[in-house]
Amino acid sequence: MIARLFAFLGGVHLPPFKDISTSTPIKTAKLPEQLIIPLHQHIGASAIPIIEVGQHVLKGQKIAKADGYVSAPVHAPTSGRIEAIEDRPIPHPSGMAAPCIVLIPDGEDEWIELAPHGKDYRQMDPSELRNLVRQAGIVGLGGAGFPTYIKHNPGPEGHIETLILNGAECEPFITCDDMLMRERPLEILAGLAIIKHAVGAKNCIIAIEDNKPQAIESLQNALATNPIENTEVVSVPTLYPAGSEKQLIQTLIGKQIPKNGLPVHIGVVCQNVGTCAAVYRAIEYGEPLISRIVTVTGDVVRPCNLEVPIGMPMDELIQQCGSTTGSLRRLIIGGPMMGFAMRQTNIPIIKTTNCVLIDAAQNEKFQPRKPVMPCIRCGSCAEACPVFLLPQQLYWYSKSQELDKLQDYHVFDCIECGCCDYVCPSQIPLVQYYRHAKAEIWKRERENEKSSRARDRHEFRLFRLEREKQEKAAKHKQKKAELNQPKTESSTPADENLNDPKKAAILAAMERVKAKKSQQNVQPKNTENLTTTQQKQVEEANERRAAQKDNKQE
Amino acid sequence: MSLYAPSSPHFHSDNTVTKVMLKVLLALVPGILTYIIIFGFGVVYNILLAMITAVVCEALMLSLRKRPLLPFLSDGSALVTGVLLALSIPPIAPWWIIFLGTVFAIVIAKQLYGGLGYNPFNPAMVGYAMLLISFPLQMTTWALPITISDNYLGPMDSLNIFLGNTHVFDGISGATPLDYLKTQLKLGMTAAQIVHDKAFGVFAGTGFEWVNVAFFVGGIYLIREKIISWHIPLAMLGGLFAISLIFFGIDKSQFASPIFHVFSGAAILGAFFIATDPVSAATTPVGRVIYGAGIGILVYVIRTWGGYPDGVAFAVLLFNLCAPTIDYLTKPKPYGHE
Repeated sequence: MIARLFAFLGGVHLPPFKDISTSTPIKTAKLPEQLIIPLHQHIGASAIPIIEVGQHVLKGQKIAKADGYVSAPVHAPTSGRIEAIEDRPIPHPSGMAAPCIVLIPDGEDEWIELAPHGKDYRQMDPSELRNLVRQAGIVGLGGAGFPTYIKHNPGPEGHIETLILNGAECEPFITCDDMLMRERPLEILAGLAIIKHAVGAKNCIIAIEDNKPQAIESLQNALATNPIENTEVVSVPTLYPAGSEKQLIQTLIGKQIPKNGLPVHIGVVCQNVGTCAAVYRAIEYGEPLISRIVTVTGDVVRPCNLEVPIGMPMDELIQQCGSTTGSLRRLIIGGPMMGFAMRQTNIPIIKTTNCVLIDAAQNEKFQPRKPVMPCIRCGSCAEACPVFLLPQQLYWYSKSQELDKLQDYHVFDCIECGCCDYVCPSQIPLVQYYRHAKAEIWKRERENEKSSRARDRHEFRLFRLEREKQEKAAKHKQKKAELNQPKTESSTPADENLNDPKKAAILAAMERVKAKKSQQNVQPKNTENLTTTQQKQVEEANERRAAQKDNKQE
Repeated sequence: MSLYAPSSPHFHSDNTVTKVMLKVLLALVPGILTYIIIFGFGVVYNILLAMITAVVCEALMLSLRKRPLLPFLSDGSALVTGVLLALSIPPIAPWWIIFLGTVFAIVIAKQLYGGLGYNPFNPAMVGYAMLLISFPLQMTTWALPITISDNYLGPMDSLNIFLGNTHVFDGISGATPLDYLKTQLKLGMTAAQIVHDKAFGVFAGTGFEWVNVAFFVGGIYLIREKIISWHIPLAMLGGLFAISLIFFGIDKSQFASPIFHVFSGAAILGAFFIATDPVSAATTPVGRVIYGAGIGILVYVIRTWGGYPDGVAFAVLLFNLCAPTIDYLTKPKPYGHE
């Protein structure tokens, strides 16, 4: 079906370090004393807790509900008692704390009664399937954690041609997808068939990097015994970041996702193999997503892959793998290229945690960077960039804080894959510069927004003051007109005044003042022989002046 | 507990500037050896003096600029500048030529602009251009290649020349083939007649052609090692070849063959080692092609109609000037932009 693969430009060949963690089959992690289950484990809004502190919950019971469209519910990974709902450190690059449900397992591991729908998925409506996936709290297990059911909805105009199953797993060290493909190919295929039906895809590609021959073989064998129409296993060249959605799609179908677009815009849905297996378990057994496979690797005594309940603290998980082989230097969540280092170890595994990578200064090839030298503009970074940016220019402008230039050079198209950084002979932490630059631009935009709001407010204030002034002036004019009217209408009040000597005196004084004022109003006439327009302007100016004087006096 | 938590990636290749520069030096070895065989031992003294001067100047300037010595001295960039300059200078030039050129290259062209990574012009070529303008006689008197010279200049002879006692030797120097071609054309000879002179070898200047072949081999090594990309060398030699082919096709009597041009003078050394100096060259893929082709064409223009027999240094310097603009105008389109 696939005649040929398309090369994507850029990328780097990385030392794989995969075999460290693939020598033993997937184990099931022992339940810890405490599970810390963050409410925010996905892209979108945090889930809302629906249990009380002290309440007993069963395994698989929903403990937090989705908040809105882009969100996902959370379920209890085991049975036990809710100890607290409070802020705990979560796996986030900033090391921040966020609301978590703390669950003390009772050791029974007692399931809630699962209610599989008992129907054949092929007879079910895609929306029904999507709802089941949503209820199971499934999010992308590849790393980003986008709620899966949204991906399964191509929208009214969307039309899915190809479903791509991403088993590339291009980052070094990580093997959770590899092991899943080796051990549970049937679950993956079953999930694939369901998703294919749900999105209405015509054909499916299972893409696996060619450094995983066992996974390729396993899926090919499974596909031979359980054929799915228009589906094939494709081995893609090992080249980081081949597993990145954009690059994988380009490799397989030769198309680029348009800027600010989604794969669905070119008729593609891309799904991680782990997510696929989770979809199968949700549809087939009604099981929510309460555990995942995690690679624990690097400088650890027994590197391996484990089926880990969501909420398992990492220090506990590392202990179960026989602790670190030296004193812990870096704890990285995810791979060495795009993962983030944490400052502490008491953080939980969440739905998106695919790898816990430990650096205890034992691996010669896995060292912090060497001293930084100036950029020599060798361009290795540009050659490695899989989105065709000019990292050397971005670095230059990041350093000089030229934010407009950075946007000209498309800093926001950077996927932070780290290729440029990896190849740089000057060992410059390029990605760090770009992250900082992006943050600066966001900051500036926020400030601009703020100041433009302030400017709007100020302008409105000026407008309001001006309007009030005009209204006042109009009112005065009206009042004046009202006052003047009776005077000119008849001479009776004046006559009355004349009768009263006091009033007459006042009136006389006012007359004098008026006369004086009108004398003052006479302007020096150095303006003989003017054109009509000039004359008009002069008159207008005089009027204005008079009006101003009136205003002042009043 | 607070662990070391740097920004990603946490993984880095062990590539360094030092490794890049050492590979460049290694790639020059075949060319240098051929050079010694054909033009005598003089180039060795030139290279040694240039290297020492370059490193000493670099160290002095770094300390004046209050920069750390060790990382910048060990990056190897000063050595590369020194060696490239020494290879551009006639092997029978006196020591002070090399010394002055190297001081100028490192102090003025490199360190005063901010050192490694900040020089807008190729330092070796700035040094070379200064020397060529200031000392045209010493800079254009080349040693005769062994293929047509009677005596090979060994270590002692070369040392004597290096120390400035040129007058003791006779018949060791002559014009380069490019120079010879130019003067003879002016005298009304045709190119076809000129290339039958003993100064011409199999496909270019005798002796010179083999040195250039050796530099070519080194250049291929650099491309294979991904120290340089193929764009600049191919575009430069392609540009030079194309324009010389056009004129050769128009009038064979007045213009030398494309092969002669490509394998003469500093074209090969320039294409692989000088125009590719990353700091001062264009860096976008399309930009590199424009930059290289431009240099190649300009080299031909200077050789054919200009005042100098070869034009690599000036062509490179002129295109160093254009590099930022070329880069700006040839930004690649990012992924997904239509």
